[in-house]
Amino acid sequence: MTGTFVGMPAFPTAARAALADSQLRSNLAHATSTIRARRLAVVGELDGWEELRLAGAAIKDNTLLHLDEHLLALEASLTARGAVVHWARDADEACRIVAGIAKDHGADEVVKVKSMATQEIGLNEALAAEGIAAWETDLAELIVQLGDDLPSHILVPAIHRNRAEIRQIFLDKMAAVGRPAPADLTDEPARLAEAARLHLREKFLRARVAVSGANFAVAETGSLVVVESEGNGRMCLTLPDVLVSVVGIEKVVPTWADLDVFLQLLPRSSTGERMNPYTSIWSGVTPGDGPQEVHVVLLDHGRTRALADEVGRQALRCIRCSACLNVCPVYERTGGHAYGSVYPGPIGAILNPLLRGVGTDDQVDSLPYASSLCGACFEACPVRIDIPAVLVDLRAQVVDAHRGGVPRPEAAVMRSASWVLGTARRLGAAERASGLVGRVAGRLARRSSSSGRPLMSRLPGPGAGWSDARDLPAPPAESFRAWWKRTEGGHR
Amino acid sequence: MSARDEILGRVRSALTQADRSPVAVPTTHRGRVHEGDLVELFVERVEDYRATVTRCADSEVAGTVSRLLPEGTSVVLAPGFEWSVPGAAVDSGLTAVQLDSVGAVVTGATVGIAETGTLVLTHGPGEGRRLLSLVPDVHVCVVRASQVVADVPAAIGVLDPRRPQTWISGPSATSDIELDRVEGVHGPRTLHVVIVD
Repeated sequence: MTGTFVGMPAFPTAARAALADSQLRSNLAHATSTIRARRLAVVGELDGWEELRLAGAAIKDNTLLHLDEHLLALEASLTARGAVVHWARDADEACRIVAGIAKDHGADEVVKVKSMATQEIGLNEALAAEGIAAWETDLAELIVQLGDDLPSHILVPAIHRNRAEIRQIFLDKMAAVGRPAPADLTDEPARLAEAARLHLREKFLRARVAVSGANFAVAETGSLVVVESEGNGRMCLTLPDVLVSVVGIEKVVPTWADLDVFLQLLPRSSTGERMNPYTSIWSGVTPGDGPQEVHVVLLDHGRTRALADEVGRQALRCIRCSACLNVCPVYERTGGHAYGSVYPGPIGAILNPLLRGVGTDDQVDSLPYASSLCGACFEACPVRIDIPAVLVDLRAQVVDAHRGGVPRPEAAVMRSASWVLGTARRLGAAERASGLVGRVAGRLARRSSSSGRPLMSRLPGPGAGWSDARDLPAPPAESFRAWWKRTEGGHR
Repeated sequence: MSARDEILGRVRSALTQADRSPVAVPTTHRGRVHEGDLVELFVERVEDYRATVTRCADSEVAGTVSRLLPEGTSVVLAPGFEWSVPGAAVDSGLTAVQLDSVGAVVTGATVGIAETGTLVLTHGPGEGRRLLSLVPDVHVCVVRASQVVADVPAAIGVLDPRRPQTWISGPSATSDIELDRVEGVHGPRTLHVVIVD
């Protein structure tokens, strides 16, 4: 699994299956409405939220425009603080580095802090191939891992599961990989959390090597920041002897002071809290406290490709809060799996094509169309990523990538439209033809719009698929230009 | 070519066409004026996370901490903690496994953040190693009223980035099951905050 889930169909096909799953839709509607209300409350109570968003966007933009300098500064300060810095061009290289460190310590298991970067590069699968078990310790990640499932949300990967499903997964699967779930487990969230606490505690106490990501990496001080809720992050970052953090190169912020923006934006946008329960910050090795061997893997894996995209570059501001997922009318109905990637929702619809490029994979190429362009994501984004603008630009890139060869249906339609609209004479002929269609359709139509206009609910031929979910008003019997001519501009 | 040089090269070539002039960064979020009593706001916000808050005088810390813990609880103190707690042992480098059977830990903190109800530990004297305030199921954190600052920018302004830090806002929690907040997963499930006036 690198970037997108292997074998996933393109979005429209996957979305159709998801929409038919009423349990999924009910789980998602409940979860996203809960988190939307919480986010609105804590964003609303803070004075100057818009200024904070502007500051977050500006800091990220300034950093990205001089990313080479900030990466070198980060490397220097991390090294000075006793950390070992590695660079990884792609997923394979990053996975090899992490596996190599684990093997150097004779480890056959690692404990993991929830991390999008390690999901993206398929680290767990790569470690498994080397005989190293990677234990996810975030509750939602644990649910996904035990259920042999795929994540469907950036913040809450098991958002598609309800409490009853989670109880069953724990009862069925925990015993095979460690301490079993209590036999009398109920579906009370507190009891489920307790079962996870007991199951993972023995793994925390035993683990020698931990793997994390980082929410932020401060170039000036070599400080890495992990923001979390449960304390599994603290366990992984504190108890083992060796810590490896896989950090996307876009995670760098220049100065310590910059954190005063992001540590306000992230928790309020993400979990809808004034502050998340735990934030851990460490700068290299602290003698006598925590891991005494600290590695940082700086990961490209398509980020420089996104950086080169003038319009799409802003997607690298993303702090992975998932606010855009929670407000998206498309995500709320289809869920995350339909996007076929660890990055679902509006941000996934731009991030996947930007990281992987368009024109080579139909699944990736379908993502910029997985949106109604309503703009709710842009309004919610704490770093003001104009997702609709990037989507529109990527749609153009997808079309451009498919020029030449057999034209796609919409390209053929656009070409004939351009021919028809090219001269007044051709347009007039087309209008007369469509007026004829309108008169026939008006007689055949079984339904009409609220204004009384006849509706065509099923188009013939290649248009049939398009009209499955849409009603098209029948063309008017007389065109505007014909009416204007006949009535001399409404005077007759 | 090394991965490092190749990535840096890709970054530079990605930006050759870019307008690299600096974007102005608003700083109005710093120095916001907070009306009202900061310590009262801190208390309200900490309690919002379902932590308990007790205010007391300097001379009452030992008694207050003792009353918060059920009788018979084994208690460990962070080395350098400035108050004595009857029956508590000062941490002498206990391992994680040993700490797993300790009932409660008592530490100080470096900063309290009023607006977010957050305690920041920097793990120096009086605060203990990071695992000390993590493994036991009950954490009693004692902070002086004078250590409470208004907001996140004020805290970032006084904290030393060279120190490891743990920002704590309430007991361990999760929202992973149907996005309902449940207190108590891997970190201490009970957080008692004592404010010394």
